[in-house]
Amino acid sequence: MYIYDQHDKTLIGERVAQYRRQTDDYLAGKIPDGVFLPLRLQNGLYVQRLAPMLRINIPYGMVSATQLRALAHITRQYDKGYAHFTTRQNIQLNWPQLEEVPDILAELAAVEMQGIQSSGSCIRNVTSDEFAGINPDEIEDPRPWCEIIRQWSTLHPEFAFLPRKFKIAVSGAKSDRAAIQVHDIGLQVLRNAADEVGFKVLVGGGLGRSPAIGEVIKDFLPAKHLLTYLEAILRVYNRYGRRDNKYKARIKILVKAWTAEVFADKVEQEWLQQIDSPSTLTDAVIAHAKDFFTSPAYESVDVASCETTLQKLAGEQIAFAKWRDRNVISHKVAGYCAVHLSLKPTGVAPGDVTDSQLEAIADLADRYSFSEVRVTHHQNLVLGDVKLSDLPELWQAAKKLGFATPSIGTLVDMICCPGGDFCSLANAKSIPVAEAIQRRFDDLDYLYDLGDIKLNISGCMNACGHHHVGNIGILGVDKKGEEFYQIQLGGSALNDASLGKVLGPSFYAHEVPDVLERILQIYVDRRIEGETFLDTHRRIGIAPFKEFIYAKAA
Amino acid sequence: MPKLLKDKAIVDNDWQVLPKDFSGSLPDAPCFVPLDYWLANKDQLQKPDSIGVWLDAEQEPEQLAGDIAGLQHLAVNFPSFMDGRGFSIARLIRERYQFSGELRAIGQIVPDQLFYLSRCGFDAFCLDALALDDEADDKHKLEDYLATFSVTYQACVNEQQPLFRRRHG
Repeated sequence: MYIYDQHDKTLIGERVAQYRRQTDDYLAGKIPDGVFLPLRLQNGLYVQRLAPMLRINIPYGMVSATQLRALAHITRQYDKGYAHFTTRQNIQLNWPQLEEVPDILAELAAVEMQGIQSSGSCIRNVTSDEFAGINPDEIEDPRPWCEIIRQWSTLHPEFAFLPRKFKIAVSGAKSDRAAIQVHDIGLQVLRNAADEVGFKVLVGGGLGRSPAIGEVIKDFLPAKHLLTYLEAILRVYNRYGRRDNKYKARIKILVKAWTAEVFADKVEQEWLQQIDSPSTLTDAVIAHAKDFFTSPAYESVDVASCETTLQKLAGEQIAFAKWRDRNVISHKVAGYCAVHLSLKPTGVAPGDVTDSQLEAIADLADRYSFSEVRVTHHQNLVLGDVKLSDLPELWQAAKKLGFATPSIGTLVDMICCPGGDFCSLANAKSIPVAEAIQRRFDDLDYLYDLGDIKLNISGCMNACGHHHVGNIGILGVDKKGEEFYQIQLGGSALNDASLGKVLGPSFYAHEVPDVLERILQIYVDRRIEGETFLDTHRRIGIAPFKEFIYAKAA
Repeated sequence: MPKLLKDKAIVDNDWQVLPKDFSGSLPDAPCFVPLDYWLANKDQLQKPDSIGVWLDAEQEPEQLAGDIAGLQHLAVNFPSFMDGRGFSIARLIRERYQFSGELRAIGQIVPDQLFYLSRCGFDAFCLDALALDDEADDKHKLEDYLATFSVTYQACVNEQQPLFRRRHG
């Protein structure tokens, strides 16, 4: 993990002092509401339906056991003893007191955490692949690049008052697990024919009101030009992005209005003016960033004997076999694996954890995974470096703590925003809908038979629950004060990214599980051997689903 | 006349900002003329000691590129403090067009933006746009807002080397 040096520590300390003064001024009436708004947002503080909400960055999803314990303490001391992992690898507190936020930020700073630019019209926390550095399909570890971007974007003086929020995601693997096609900027780390590292650059992806898939504006950007090129994109956006209508202010609208070609050309012109400026990365800087993400001290594991033990246990205990099958992921180092800790047990809001669970996760990380944890954008956690021989013990421990729900990647491993229970933007509740679905689909064998399905739920069109890119997406809508749910089919945020299409008129909350059942019945009836839900949907189209769901009673 | 924060001190401001649609003859005092007026009349306006040019947020500093060497006073307007275009304009004026005169931020700016504004190349700030009195207490000295952070990651107008180059010699 990245470790702060004196520069980072000084900066974050000065940031806390600045925000403490701003909060004091606001409470004393010296800073008006409208001016305080962006100041607090750029430190992570929203004002929600019932209370303020504080969003804390977990840069590219990497969090240490020490940091988890600090978060546990903060939820106890300043909140109601729980927190929420988000779809952007961050963590949110739902009940902080505005006056206490400077103290919370000071406690976070002590463990090298912060909420800088986690909200507001600025460059947000950079996100990445939860299997960075450990997956066999990786081309290059994205994390050193993420850290370089994190530092560059932190308190960037030119880009703190953009037309709208701005999100950057980086993938270094062949399989995109960072959803780079639906970010304002998506970066794919590549190696060219000469084995040099660089980036494919996408712009203009995004969800929200006008969902869009990003378009490639640079096929191969040599790595050393990363920051000057990003600066050029941001400058073009800052100057020409729309500011007259916040719903048309994202970069995707500008890219669409100009076309990707024109946008790319404008960026190129701007970039060529700054190319080779001092912001060009040096070999020393790149090497320095990479030094923080070296392999931990892996032990040599007798894989064959381990496998014999694990197979035997799987034979005796079907629950272990199922858990290993769904929740354990292969690792680039023989004898190691990555293990999902599921935050989707039925009856708990997806992504929610209590203070004592945070501490228990820290203990698991200490014992089994070099004291590090990764946050996934599917709102689960991953222990990245687990010895195969530790799996039986870890399984028992995770089961006891409620993290062993063997449903990763299935229908009930859904992404879900906090919705109308917490969020003032929401049109409808989302957590109760998620729970109703989990209760209806509680037969694991049926879920495994359905295989990989992404179900994403958002309580409003701002799409924090990424409904457009769910294979099945559910969107809460408000019609004359009543909550309804629109269903979309066919979305994906993977390499084959696509946006879902609306099935038809929306449903009452209580109808949603029935409708889902019928959608899945069509899939089961029509699938060809080996097809996922998305494959079948793409082959047969939306019409058969539509006909079946909306068929008039005979 | 509203005061000016300049060179880290509060000074009198005797410069007028003429309206965007200004026409007619200039006042007998130092003034910033709007960009369009400048472009139409610049041959008659070659008095850099007393005539400067101001740009609005949507205007293009590229249009001034050829004139910048002969000017000593430029101003950029912020129609709203949330409108960040002026930050980019300032960097272009300083870094691309190498302007070395006074670059003034006018319009709706707030004290907590002074640090970023100065990093982007502004060195004069119109106090009438600032919400605090110039007789501020110790915690609210305007010049202190210019020094909120002692560490900066990025290269910018007032620091040409990004931290990663300073860190690694």
